[in-house]
Amino acid sequence: MSDKPKFAMYWASSCGGCEIAVLNIHEKILDVDANFDVVFWPVAMDAKYHDVEAMEDGSILLTLFNGGMRTTENEEIAHLLRRKSKILVSFGSCATEGCIPGLANLFPVSEIFDVAFHTASTDNPNNIHPVTSFEVPEGTLTLPALNPTVKTLAQVVDVDYYMPGCPPESHQIAAVIDLVIQVLQGKAQLPPKGTVIGAGGSTVCDECPRTRNVKLIKAFHRIQEVAPLEPTLCVLEQGVPCNGPATRSGCNARCPRVGAQCIGCYGPAEGVLDYGARLITAFASVIDAKEPEEIEAILDGIPDPTGQFYRFNLADSLLRAGVSNWQKNGH
Amino acid sequence: MSEQFEPVIVGFTCNWCSYRAADTAGTARVKYAPNVRLIRLMCSGRMDPTFVMKAIAGGADGVLITGCHPGDCHYIEQNYKALRRFLLLRRTLKGLGVAPERVKLVWASAAEGMKLAHEITQFVEEVRALGPLSWPKWNENAIQSEPIKEAA
Amino acid sequence: MSENTPNKPKIGVYVCHCGTNISAMVDVEGVRDWAKKRLGEDGVIVSRDYKFMCSSLGQELIEKDIKELGLDRVVVAACSPHLHEKTFRTASERAGLNPYLTELVSIREQVSWVHTDKAVATEKAKSLVAGTVERIIHNEALEKLKVPINPNTLVVGGGIAGIQAALEIANAGFHVYLVEREPSIGGHMAQFDKTFPTLDCSACILTPRMVEAGTNPNITLLTWSEVMSVSGFVGCFNVTIKKKARYVNEELCTGCGICVEKCPKKVIDDVYEAGIGYRKVVYTPFAQAVPKYPVLDRPNCTFFQKGTCKACEKFCPTNAIDFAQQDEYINVEVGNVVLATGYDLFDAGRVSNYGYGRLPNVFTSLEFERMCNASGPTAGEITLRDGKTRPKTVGIIHCVGSRDKNYNNYCSTICCMQSLKFAHLVKERTGADVYEFYIDMRTAAKSYDEFYQRVLDEGTLFVRGKVAEVTDAARVPHEKGKLIIQVEDTLIGKQRRIPVDMVLLSIGMEPRADAKETGKLFGIACSSDGWFMERHPKLDPISTMTEGIYIAGCATGPKDIPGSVSQGAAAAARVLDKILQKEVELEPIRATVNEAKCSGCRICNNLCPFNAISFIDDLAITRINPALCQGCGTCVAACPAGAISGTGFSNEQIFAQIDGILMSL
Repeated sequence: MSDKPKFAMYWASSCGGCEIAVLNIHEKILDVDANFDVVFWPVAMDAKYHDVEAMEDGSILLTLFNGGMRTTENEEIAHLLRRKSKILVSFGSCATEGCIPGLANLFPVSEIFDVAFHTASTDNPNNIHPVTSFEVPEGTLTLPALNPTVKTLAQVVDVDYYMPGCPPESHQIAAVIDLVIQVLQGKAQLPPKGTVIGAGGSTVCDECPRTRNVKLIKAFHRIQEVAPLEPTLCVLEQGVPCNGPATRSGCNARCPRVGAQCIGCYGPAEGVLDYGARLITAFASVIDAKEPEEIEAILDGIPDPTGQFYRFNLADSLLRAGVSNWQKNGH
Repeated sequence: MSEQFEPVIVGFTCNWCSYRAADTAGTARVKYAPNVRLIRLMCSGRMDPTFVMKAIAGGADGVLITGCHPGDCHYIEQNYKALRRFLLLRRTLKGLGVAPERVKLVWASAAEGMKLAHEITQFVEEVRALGPLSWPKWNENAIQSEPIKEAA
Repeated sequence: MSENTPNKPKIGVYVCHCGTNISAMVDVEGVRDWAKKRLGEDGVIVSRDYKFMCSSLGQELIEKDIKELGLDRVVVAACSPHLHEKTFRTASERAGLNPYLTELVSIREQVSWVHTDKAVATEKAKSLVAGTVERIIHNEALEKLKVPINPNTLVVGGGIAGIQAALEIANAGFHVYLVEREPSIGGHMAQFDKTFPTLDCSACILTPRMVEAGTNPNITLLTWSEVMSVSGFVGCFNVTIKKKARYVNEELCTGCGICVEKCPKKVIDDVYEAGIGYRKVVYTPFAQAVPKYPVLDRPNCTFFQKGTCKACEKFCPTNAIDFAQQDEYINVEVGNVVLATGYDLFDAGRVSNYGYGRLPNVFTSLEFERMCNASGPTAGEITLRDGKTRPKTVGIIHCVGSRDKNYNNYCSTICCMQSLKFAHLVKERTGADVYEFYIDMRTAAKSYDEFYQRVLDEGTLFVRGKVAEVTDAARVPHEKGKLIIQVEDTLIGKQRRIPVDMVLLSIGMEPRADAKETGKLFGIACSSDGWFMERHPKLDPISTMTEGIYIAGCATGPKDIPGSVSQGAAAAARVLDKILQKEVELEPIRATVNEAKCSGCRICNNLCPFNAISFIDDLAITRINPALCQGCGTCVAACPAGAISGTGFSNEQIFAQIDGILMSL
């Protein structure tokens, strides 16, 4: 048995991008290997849940938990890893704010099942539906159930630190790993519990090299309508809805640097209660019109405000879900 | 035994016009529906969409935003900024399934006490017809965890 | 309960009966008990009720509890904050508690006076109290901002209002910079002949004031000058003034007027003579101009256009003509500003059915004033456009461009009196028949109605009706060669065609064409009609929303000369009040930018009408000037990074208030 502190990484309802982002730290992964004993990481090694259950409570020093809480299995493992970990990091946008899986909160689970199993794209003549338990001669087979609403990790267990991003940038992951190694060596202190790590203290505009002027927007466009963007001017000023002003910094303005608008994967700035609200107020502030008709015409340039403002953040917003998700008669 | 549904509405007023309009309605003893609870801001320009989200998430069935008439804003033109925010907010709420009629913007000058009272009563009926919203109170699950110990 | 307050606050709740005004519809004792019970865990340690909280005994309850129980927050549930917020804040302050830790929530105007079911009203009162209690936990102790006052004053506009303001401040012993765009002070009043109702000669009553202003050691007269930029805030405005080149050296010029005499070129005087007279290219606008230095009209000057002439320079006995003179930029620091920039007149040509500009004998009121003036182009003779023929009938049309949804909806206040004055002058000097076409007769001030009666007695004929048309198209022989006024005489219910020789249009007053720009320069607003906006239309017509900027005279709206003089004096009094106090206190409700959080996105940059927000280029962040900030909170709500916070109405306070209002009772 190794003396090295234990490390775990788990994916709940996610895409695997966070795992790849960690691997993208290249040689630094050797530092991870050198300093930690990786005891549970489904993408990289073979270990079972019962192996984790067998560990002592609190014996895993650091767990990076990515993925949202969609199923009962996600929740169960969240609780399990919370028990077994000293430091639980809500890693990536899915765990921290719901990310894309969170958009399922716009619909009731029944509708999701309908679309998945009963519409034209699925050949399902016998109307078969997954069920959570099924008797077979050998016994009972079970499947995790879908929770009615996708939740974030912190809405289910007590979280120590948050690392936002879809995925968190590899250079930030490397920095966090360095910090933890320094802490292990007694050379640094852990930040206070609840801190957002691997991110900046401002918003994407702070890191964006584009020139910013006083903004007066007369129309919003989809990026393909105006591409290629003028490379040195603020994306928003060119009429493309860029979420940079409300999105936490830390990614080095990766997308605006390569000619795309920020879509907001790093989540809200420090202390913000509702990310979407900040974008609503930001975009409204730059509209150059006073009459309601003119304003509405300009707003028609953002045909999907839910997607624009809550693509990553719906499950962590104040409202968390669309009405039809939780209301029987959807109003 | 079925009682009429009484909507709970949070209202935001601006200190100079619409709050004074509410005062004027009071001084004139104009009677109106008691369902609206007013919060005073200095200006409708202070209206943060977060307030509306918070009110809805907190259980309000409707939100009323009031301010000075365009051109009369005590701070010159900040009510236009509130208007733009309101229009985009309403679209966003619609995308989340909240009927846009649950959030209303009303302009009222300090002298228009009767008008404000009337608007309030009318809005209450409009929200009553829409029925209760009753946004779930998303409570955190009871959290069982151990406090952080020193990093070994 | 906020994580920010390490110790639980000690909140006192006071519920007022207001006699029976509140207690008749709200169970005051019930609210009192409920507050202590339900909100005790949030910090309410004492909850009282009293018949009249605003009385000295009521206030003493609060003061006693602050001293004896160590209250650090006070919530009073009573009448509107607009009535008594100050009362209770001052009471708390007396007891040693920062006034901004006391809040007043209305359960009278908003509850007891407007609802009819006591149970429901009581529930609503409880919710409102809960909202304020939750909010006040997040209140911070705030200190009013103290700003020192520079004793100098800037007065913009040298008309009668500006002159009055300048003289009063200067006579009190403080320095004034009086800036006037035209070559001389005097404004529109200098153009008039007689003033109603006294029929004083306008120049006779104005010029002594002008001379006083020109010679007062405390007034720096800057004519032929304009304000270019303004920065700073009340107590220390930094103003840049452009002194346009006169091409006359003021140190050497004696005002002898030889240059004017010898100048060979005449041009139409569009300004002072209203386009019906001439002036020279080097000119003083009128004989009594203050200062006396002439001005050279460069665009029309033969020397500047062709390189020849220079007659003025040749004949000037003191060598005061200086063709090389440049515009001069002057920086002054002042503590307060009075804007008295006056008015423009409605363009009569817009009302094409009255024929101004097309029919020669249709005159505007200003043209007629110049005509009547003894030093005007006709030496005071009332004649037709040919300069010779006396009219035998004159028609005076009221409300041209005023009280008219097609042009300006408002009443220009002085035109009725002005029209009566014209009628009197016409009768006196020509004996002609005079018709006045009016909608209403507005002669409401001192001696005004008596003047109307006098003009009636003199035989002027009054037709109540809005003139439809002034035409020269004769229909019958006796209309030939005349101007025909087509009008519905509403008192007899008939259409009339009245032939006259001369038509006078009483054109309305309008804000200056660049009033909005001027307002922006100083950070004040214009109303929807374009007049400078006062702080309160009834109780404060002199202040604006921007501290330190005052408005006076017709720049704020049409008024007569006594009105302008009064406002000029009132503005001076306000300024003197500030100067004598040496410093001014500003309400601490304002916004600040957290510079570490600010990303420099600049989304807030064009949201502030008071120019309080500025972008610091080299740091790539935005800053807010606390003395200019008026505390509206728009930028606080707009910042996408949540980097701007606002005292007095912070997010924490408002979120808590929403929670409180919605909490289960």
